Order: sequence, then structure tokens, then C-alpha cells
Amino acid sequence: MILNELNNYQIGDEIPSLNVKPITRSMLASYAGASGDHNPIHIDIDFAKKSGLADVIAHGMLVMSFLAQAITNIFPQDSIKKFDAKFIAITNINDILTCKGKVVDIKSEGSLKKLFLELLVFDDSGEKKLSGSATIELIL
Amino acid sequence: MLDQSLMGKTYPKIIFLVEKQRLKFFAKATQQSDPLYFDEDFAKRNGHPTILAPITFLTTVGYEQEKPYKYLQDLGVPIGNILHAKQEYTYYEPIYAGDKLQMESKIGKIYEKKEGTLDFISFISNYKNQKDLLVAESVSTVVIRNK
Repeated sequence: MILNELNNYQIGDEIPSLNVKPITRSMLASYAGASGDHNPIHIDIDFAKKSGLADVIAHGMLVMSFLAQAITNIFPQDSIKKFDAKFIAITNINDILTCKGKVVDIKSEGSLKKLFLELLVFDDSGEKKLSGSATIELIL
Repeated sequence: MLDQSLMGKTYPKIIFLVEKQRLKFFAKATQQSDPLYFDEDFAKRNGHPTILAPITFLTTVGYEQEKPYKYLQDLGVPIGNILHAKQEYTYYEPIYAGDKLQMESKIGKIYEKKEGTLDFISFISNYKNQKDLLVAESVSTVVIRNK
């Protein structure tokens, strides 16, 4: 996307939402390998049960990685200065996630324009899984 | 009650080589659709020296050691009892395939909420590249499920 279009974002505008395929066990196994996070709570159902859970649960960072894509689909990566996430609820197998973002504040400092985004991931029952924020800096 | 005296405890530096294949694997596992993250020719045509690391890729660096959860062991917390509560990143420089990163970490804050029923631990890291430039900082906070 060209800078002019990004420059048109106003407070209250939403970025296009990102829909994620249903979470599967193989997605978690693949993410464990790719990230190096082999905490068995995400891949071993016996361990998960021993830890008091009904089943394996998704890595929070996998969910955050989906959300990251919702931002980088719109903003050039070098414009992203801060990105954070609070993991509110566990993401389970078969959950269908949607990632959203909204511009909540804009500050201009000379030729620099800062956009503050509020971010949210929720499932198809409306349960919030993750809330986050990002700071974007555009040079005009 | 967790041992508060471990706040600020530092951990040995980790050296991490950002391999092209690893970036492709990570892009696939996180379902990235932007070819900047897995197609070197595309990345070069779009002004990048090679494949770019996604903004959550730094999570992999800390796991590249024999005992990635050593700080939890030091605090006597079983790994099955923790959940990731919060993750924060501040970015300064892009990370590309071929970069050699250095990560330095320490235990940040250890605190309670809800009258001691929930314990939180934050783990603070900074990452430099082969040019000794600070590329990013992260704070990872876990919550202990007191069963």
C-alpha cells in the first residue's frame, strides 16, 4: 500500500480484519518446531491433562503471530515501533479466530506521524482471546 | 510466595544465527501470506537484502538453549503451571536471514495480584545484531496458575 493511503487513516478507522483457519493439533506441532517452544502443554495431551487442562492449548505467541500479520498486511514492517499483547483467554483446538485493529490516536511531530492502534483477537463465539496495541510511525 | 530476591537476576548471553530455512519454517507455521517472509527473490525486488523476519520471530531466540525455562526452574515453578500473560516488543532495526543475534536477559518483576492467588513473573530481553546495533527489546510476562 502506498504511503498516501496509509496517511489517510483517521482516529476510529479500522484496519482490515484477518480471519484465521480453525486451530488444529498439527498447527500447534508445526509452531512448536518452528518457534522452538516445546512446552508439552501445547503438544502432549497427557501432559496437558496432568496439568489440569482438558486438552492441549494454543501457544499465545502463535495467536500473537496471526495478529502481527493483520498489522504487517497494512503497514510496512519498518514503521512498526511497538507491539504488545495481553493473553486474556486460552485458545483451544478448533477455535476460529479473527484479528482486528483500530486507530485510537494519532500524533504528528513535524514530518513524523504516529498512529496508535488498539488490537483484538476473538473467536467465533465472541470470546476475547487477546488484546493488544501497536505504535506505527509514518514519515511524511 | 516466590523468591523476590531473584528480581534482576541475569542469564548468559545467547548467540542465535537467523537461518533462511528457519525463517521460512516460521513463516509457514504462523501462516504468513506476505512473500517478504519466505521468498528471497520477492524480498530483493522489494528493496530488502534477503528474507525478513516477522515481528514475532524473536520469540524463537530464547528457546535456542538447553534450558529455555531455566528462570522458572530457579523460581521453583513447574512449567505446566504457567501461562503466557503478556508480551511486549519494541523494535529498532529489521532482522534478516543471515543475521547473528545476541540476546541478553534478566528476570524483571515478580509480583502478585488478586490477594496472592495469582503470581506474575516478567522476563526482560534485549537483542543486538552482528553490527552491535540494538534491534529490539522484549518483556515476556507469565502468570502462574495456583491450582
